[in-house]
This record gives sequence, C-alpha cells and structure tokens, in this order.
Amino acid sequence: MSATTAAKKKLSVPFDYDKYLRPGKLPHIWCPGCGHGIVLKSLLRAIDKSGLTKDEICMVSGIGCSSRTPGYVDFNTLHTLHGRALAYATGVKLAKPELNVIIVTGDGDALAIGGNHFIHTCRRNIDMTILVYSNFIYGMTGGQFSPTTPVGALSNTSRYGNIEPVFDCCDLAKASGATFVARGTAYHTLELERTLLAAIKHKGTSVVEIIDECPVYYGRNNKFKSVTQMMEDIEKNGTVSVKQADKLPPEKVQGKLLRGILHQVERPEYCEGYEKLIAKAQGKG
Amino acid sequence: MAEAVKQLPRIVIHEKLCKACSICVDFCPTNVLELKGSVVAVRNLEACTRCQLCDLRCPDFAIQVFD
Ligand SMILES: Cc1ncc(C[n+]2csc(CCOP(=O)(O)OP(=O)(O)O)c2C)c(N)n1
Ligand code: SF4
Ligand code: SF4
Ligand code: SF4
Repeated sequence: MSATTAAKKKLSVPFDYDKYLRPGKLPHIWCPGCGHGIVLKSLLRAIDKSGLTKDEICMVSGIGCSSRTPGYVDFNTLHTLHGRALAYATGVKLAKPELNVIIVTGDGDALAIGGNHFIHTCRRNIDMTILVYSNFIYGMTGGQFSPTTPVGALSNTSRYGNIEPVFDCCDLAKASGATFVARGTAYHTLELERTLLAAIKHKGTSVVEIIDECPVYYGRNNKFKSVTQMMEDIEKNGTVSVKQADKLPPEKVQGKLLRGILHQVERPEYCEGYEKLIAKAQGKG
Repeated sequence: MAEAVKQLPRIVIHEKLCKACSICVDFCPTNVLELKGSVVAVRNLEACTRCQLCDLRCPDFAIQVFD
C-alpha cells in the first residue's frame, strides 16, 4: 500500500471517541453549534496520540459551560469552583506528580475571576496543560462580557459596545512565565489536535488559548447569521498560522490572531524543584 | 475480477445526538448533507469523498463516516 493510500485509509476510519467518554452521558448540555464539543474531540484525539492511559490523566475544571467537560470524560476528573481550577490542579499535581494534569477553563474562568491563579501558575512553571476556551463571553451565566470580548462588541452587559481593552491570553501567559504558549481554533480541528499533543508532551506549564464559538450569546448579540459564519469570520479569517505569518504581506496579518506554537522554552519545573527541596530537608539531597 | 464497483462510504448519523447546528452541512466540500427538520440527513452519498470534515467539526459526536 502506498503512503497516500495508507493515509487515506487511516483517515476514513472514524475515531472511536467512546473509548474516552463516560457511557450514557451524551447528548451533552452544550447548545447547538457550541464550539466546546469540537474542542473536546480534538483533545481526545490528542490524548489518544499521546499514549497516556485514562488513569494517568486528571482533568480539572472551574465553572462555566466549558468547565462541564470533565463530566463527560472517563479520566480522573475534578469539577471545582469558578476561577479556582488552577489552585485545585496545583494541589493534585503536587500530591501526585505522576499524573498528567489537564485543565479546561473558560476565558472568564481563567482570565477574570481566576486571573491571579493563572499568572502564578505560569510563573511557577508547574507541569500541566491549560486549555483556555476563548469564546469572548460568559456563556453559562447568560452572555456578560469577559476579558476577551473585543472592544465595540455587544454582550448582555455591554449593550452599547464593550469599552474595555482585551487581555491577550497568550501574551499574558508568556509574560507570566509559561514555558509553552500556543493558540488554536475550533475550526482548525486537526491543527488543534497537533497543538494539544505538543502541549501535553511539553514539561512545564503549557497554555493553549482556543478560539471557539458561543453562537447563543456572542453570536446572536453580534448579529452573526449562523454558527458557520462565526467560525468562518472569527476562527478561519480572523486568525493566521504563525508559520505563514512571516511570508504574508503585513496587511494580511494585521489585526489577526496568530495560531500555532507561539513560545516554547525550557525552565526548571516546579514539582521537580519541590522534590529536591524535600530530599534536602530530609538530609538526602 | 470483474470491473470494480465504486464502493460507497457509509455515513452514520446518530439522530438522538444531532442538534441540527448545520456545521457539517455548511462545511461539507461536496454538499453531501442537508438538514431535514431537526436532524441532518444524507442527500448525495455518491459525492462523499470521505474527507471526514463533517465528523471532525461536529460538536455533538453525531456523525461518522465509514469506508
Ligand atoms: C464565585 C463565583 N462567581 C460567579 C459565578 C457565576 N458564574 C458561573 S460560570 C461564570 C462565567 C462563565 O464564563 P466562562 O468562564 O467564560 O465559560 P463559558 O461558560 O463561556 O464556557 C460565572 C460568572 C460562580 N459560579 N461562582
Ligand atoms: S451558552 Fe454559549 S458557551 Fe454555553 S453551551 Fe451555549 S453556546 Fe456554548
Ligand atoms: S466525509 Fe467529507 S464529503 Fe463526506 S459527507 Fe463528510 S464532509 Fe462531506
Ligand atoms: S454538525 Fe453534528 S450536530 Fe450539527 S447538524 Fe451536523 S451532525 Fe448534527
């Protein structure tokens, strides 16, 4: 079989998501067209490629629509408090450093109420993977603006247009010390799968901002005709791959969010430093 | 062997999971799918290229394409 036929062959077999889902939990609670389900599927495929077993993973979330994800997956899971996912995740990782900790958190959960935990987790460089689902809105509580709502955008609490500048999640993560920073979208599902796999494999704090869509609150408020239009305008045409950005004329890149791995460096990881400290304190170091 | 008959893919739609968001319909490159009431349906199986885009972007685990 030639390589291309093999690739085609592989692609035409649907991925078995059931392997990683808790039986009987579908349909999920997310609204029609909500990007959170698309992201979950990319994540499950990435986990499958990582070779990790279900028992080696602990998924932690805060509160929000995106934070409902752990309820559907057959890993060790922890659904915690709004904004506090990273504090719980830090506890899990320190108690059981052998676990692979994956956090799913909304833009509100991670960057507004949880902003303080976010920057300090990045600063410590604890080995975990943080997925920030940026849908530019608080979905679960009915469409209030969030730290990623674009200036001028409508939400149920910015009826005349949002006047607050946005937090760039990736810039914030990098400046705070995260050693792996990337961005993906729900539209680019295979690219997101590859990015998430790289994030899981990276040792240290990995942050992946995922641009996805809330058709109900962000979409309707901002006069998008359909979820498809949202995905095309925001995720496809509103972003550009970091690999292509250098080759494109500046006007094709300006105002767009970069996708792909934006920053990756090596730096001592927190749990390893903590173990060395324990050994030293016990006179073994 | 006699002339090979073109093997058609098999598209499985999990009707209980489909929320009729239309993502698969709109992004299918060859217009294989359509919305019929509150679920998606196959309208032109012959045109399916097995690209898997419908499955990849379905938020609801509701559509699968088998060889
Ligand atoms: C301490 C606390 N404050 C406020 C809330 C209400 N609350 C629940 S979810 C949420 C925001 C959810 O938005 P986001 O994190 O962006 O996730 P999404 O629902 O958009 O996926 C808020 C404010 C809460 N549950 N707990
Ligand atoms: S409210 Fe928005 S974020 Fe929440 S499930 Fe619905 S579409 Fe998704
Ligand atoms: S596999 Fe591709 S061509 Fe076939 S229905 Fe799905 S999106 Fe359309
Ligand atoms: S993408 Fe999934 S949920 Fe949406 S219409 Fe197609 S099969 Fe149904």
